[in-house]
Amino acid sequence: MDEAKEKIKAYFARLFRNTDLKDDTDIFASGFVNSLMAMQLVMFVEKEFDITIENEDLDLKNFNSINAITGLIKRRAAVRV
Amino acid sequence: MKIELTPQQASDKAAFRAFVDNHIVPHADRFDRQQSIPSSLIKKIGKQGYLGLSLPVQHGGDGKDMITLGLLHEEVGRACSSVRSLLTVHGMVAQSILRWGSGLLKERWLTRLARGEIIGAYGLTEPNVGSDAQSIESKAERFRDFYVLNGHKKWISFGQLADVFLIFAQCEGKPTAFLVERNSPGFSIKPISGMLGTRAAMLAELHMNDCRIPKENLVGREGFGFSHILPVTLDFGRYSVAWGCVGIAQGCFEACIRYTGERKQFGSYLKDYQLIRKMITDMITNIKAARLLCLQAGYYKDVGDPRTLTETLIAKYFASTMVTRVANNAVQIHGAQGCSSEYSVQRYLRDAKVMEIIEGSTQLLEVSIAQYECQNMALA
Repeated sequence: MDEAKEKIKAYFARLFRNTDLKDDTDIFASGFVNSLMAMQLVMFVEKEFDITIENEDLDLKNFNSINAITGLIKRRAAVRV
Repeated sequence: MKIELTPQQASDKAAFRAFVDNHIVPHADRFDRQQSIPSSLIKKIGKQGYLGLSLPVQHGGDGKDMITLGLLHEEVGRACSSVRSLLTVHGMVAQSILRWGSGLLKERWLTRLARGEIIGAYGLTEPNVGSDAQSIESKAERFRDFYVLNGHKKWISFGQLADVFLIFAQCEGKPTAFLVERNSPGFSIKPISGMLGTRAAMLAELHMNDCRIPKENLVGREGFGFSHILPVTLDFGRYSVAWGCVGIAQGCFEACIRYTGERKQFGSYLKDYQLIRKMITDMITNIKAARLLCLQAGYYKDVGDPRTLTETLIAKYFASTMVTRVANNAVQIHGAQGCSSEYSVQRYLRDAKVMEIIEGSTQLLEVSIAQYECQNMALA
């Protein structure tokens, strides 16, 4: 089981109740995310996975779906190790 | 659970208070009348490390925690909101670079900002854009090695003397943040005077007419200006202002304790009258409550908890609305003296009013806090 993906899914499930969010749903295009959420997501990911999101990670492709965020976490965790 | 400053935090707070009492309190009313802060004081503040207190040591800062930073902003705010505004806007610029700046930007700017060798100011607001930040009209056009900015910013604190500005503009329709140096071609400033409060905050208009900046001055990435750079800076600004409001209120309270212990009417000191005591009680309880909210927001920042974002909004909302009432009562207690420029409470009231408008107006926060806290409850 992909632990990182399950944690991100659980985070969004709590946030977007009654919404069937698939792993590849574009959360920005769907209008779910406001500016507070974007920053909260960064802080949640950094604290939960003990990684740092850097300047070069600022790309919608890294944040726009559960799959994308999971991929970013894994890349950052590998850099940290 | 322990709600108590650490010995280091308590020691730092005492040092901040001593510096402020020595270098700012005796002159704050004069700064307000003259509508400026002398550069000699800014240098002293820089030398103390107060312009980079929470920046990492590796970048020339003191590496202090956010609660200690809050204590500094309270003590400075107790003396002079204009000087505290300098810490706010300068800190917002530094935070944007620290969090989202490229390695090159960090290397070029952070240490100089931390040491106060250069001063930063924050360029978001425009003549037609306040709360509705997403509608900024300033534009940036990308070329191969540079950007060209066009637009007009207004009500920019310390715009009259800052060396570098964090500017938000639409870059091909995408909100983006840039650093613009004062001497950039096509960049000019126009001083603003006669403000109601924080009169010594040396406000200015910024005019960008085909203002050319190097492409390296991009902060973060194109299109991430509002989603990522803005929240970091506004969070810092709101946190600073919240603590500053606690400081103003504390200044009002201390002034009232002195005055009511000296002034007699009908043969008794003012402090012995029940209606005066009621106002003092309201001051004490509101100041303590606001300070606790600020401490909570600061604690969450120090442990990296995302809840700090909404806790900071709540702290700013409560502190800025309570300080207007506290300052109003402080003037009331002082009577005619409270309306005279010979006493500081009239300045506190004018400064307090400004706190309800900047860094998120009271009305904006009243709408936002409910929205965001409901969102947070879903995550709990």
